[in-house]
Amino acid sequence: MGKRVAITGVGMTKQRSSRPDVNGQELINEAARMALEDAGLTRSDIDAVVIGNMDHFEGINYVDTWSVDGSGALMKPIMKVTTGGTTGTTVAMAAYYHVASGLFDRVLAIGWEKNSESDTTGAIITAFDPFWDRPIFAGAVAGLALEATQYMHLTGATEEDAAYVAVRERKHALNNPYAHLHMNLTIEDVMKSPYLSWPVKMGDMCPRTDGACAVVFVSEDAAQDSPQKPAWVLGVADRHLWAYTSDPYANQAIENGWWFPAMEWSARELYDKVGITDPLEQIDVAELYLPYSFAGLRYMESLGFCGRGEGPALVRSGAFDMGGKCPVNPSGGVMSSNAIGATGLIRVAECAWQIQGRAGDRQVPDVKIALATGFGGCFWSDILLFGAEKPEKSRG
Amino acid sequence: MDDWRENQELLVMEGRIKVPYRWFAGEVGTRYFESLRDERKFLGTKCGKCGKVHHVPRRNCPDCFAECSEWVELGSSGTLETYTVVRRQHPQLAPLPLPYGYGIIRLDGADTGFLHLLHEFEEGGLATGMRVEAVFAEEREGKILDVRYFRPAKGVS
Repeated sequence: MGKRVAITGVGMTKQRSSRPDVNGQELINEAARMALEDAGLTRSDIDAVVIGNMDHFEGINYVDTWSVDGSGALMKPIMKVTTGGTTGTTVAMAAYYHVASGLFDRVLAIGWEKNSESDTTGAIITAFDPFWDRPIFAGAVAGLALEATQYMHLTGATEEDAAYVAVRERKHALNNPYAHLHMNLTIEDVMKSPYLSWPVKMGDMCPRTDGACAVVFVSEDAAQDSPQKPAWVLGVADRHLWAYTSDPYANQAIENGWWFPAMEWSARELYDKVGITDPLEQIDVAELYLPYSFAGLRYMESLGFCGRGEGPALVRSGAFDMGGKCPVNPSGGVMSSNAIGATGLIRVAECAWQIQGRAGDRQVPDVKIALATGFGGCFWSDILLFGAEKPEKSRG
Repeated sequence: MDDWRENQELLVMEGRIKVPYRWFAGEVGTRYFESLRDERKFLGTKCGKCGKVHHVPRRNCPDCFAECSEWVELGSSGTLETYTVVRRQHPQLAPLPLPYGYGIIRLDGADTGFLHLLHEFEEGGLATGMRVEAVFAEEREGKILDVRYFRPAKGVS
């Protein structure tokens, strides 16, 4: 059986459209220093570093070595993890695995991106198959729009339903000093914003952001010395279903009963392990990787908060607003900040802050269980649960 | 270290990475693209275990992990499974003038959909489930754009 693992330190840069005042290593360093200080540790206490970003956004491969000045990984074990949009959550999972293995007591997880250094769509094309996808590539927005059209077709959901999510996320961000976008929008504002790729509008989409995040994972033994209340990892799960852009549809097998199989399988596996039978009742707060507004409808169904097609009504009931049954993205989420390699890890960091009661104006009262997800590259799904109470055992 | 900053513009270096590559289509890809180029025919591969006809053709069924042992000739028309109408695109990447369609098309005879472009449709003229047909390029080189795009089917389907 593995060691039980807790988060005891968090560092995060303020997420900005561009950080021309720092290079990548310096950006990483801001988050790494803050996380170490938060955990009451120094560089020498750290046994290993896990770092992640997407190489093509900065045009620098081999980031694990290039970043050691910033990460503090000089002469330490370091692993780089790159899994597209899920990079930040996969970094967290890899750090968790390191510590749960019993081989490392204190691991620093870092996710970062300087999206201002390249053209995001121009760079992201290098993640796609050169024969099948690249010659006709229409960008990340169009890829998501295929899902939005399908969801509307199957459920009768409307663009206004999605706009509700976009407005909610931006409203929540007003409480978060780390968020990139601070916009007080109305549904009408979102509906009037220009179409990027029908039915997805400018107001439905995440921004591109410069930012870094760092999180300290420690073993149950090391957690005893932590100055912060430990935020325990209850368990993690992930599924991937993509080789070509059309695969999420080819593999969806709706007729076999799966809606968004990668997310449903990972959620079911993790809920079974941890004992979640009614997510809406049992989960106190969720930081979800919602890259665009329609995700905030469909994913609620795939995460088991409600049945198929019931997402829009539950969303509009306010269940996921601040003060609702399970507030989603008190931070403002991905639609308010998206430094891609950092984004998933920020979900994890926000969950830790919520459990520790350190989330400032965006704090949800009395958080016992928090859910984080990562989504990306494409239709991959990472799911992590965190708790205020030390779990009986670690669960992979 | 901040004292010099006040009247200083931050330094930015412009760059561009252009690296030549040679991508290999592999055995399945070679046969597929040759057929598209020389005979204007779409081919799928059939899983020897579950019988699913894959298009995108693949050597192994990703689920069964069994070999796809048989080639299957597919129709050049199919059903539109989902779509979008692209209104903004990086100018160097747009393969057709804006706005153009982008969709998942399940060709007749295939069990899975594949991604391609949509064109020659009226505003609001695309719909999930509609019949679409391939428009081939006159000059074909053995690549996915040997099919220029799909359009709403004109013939009797």
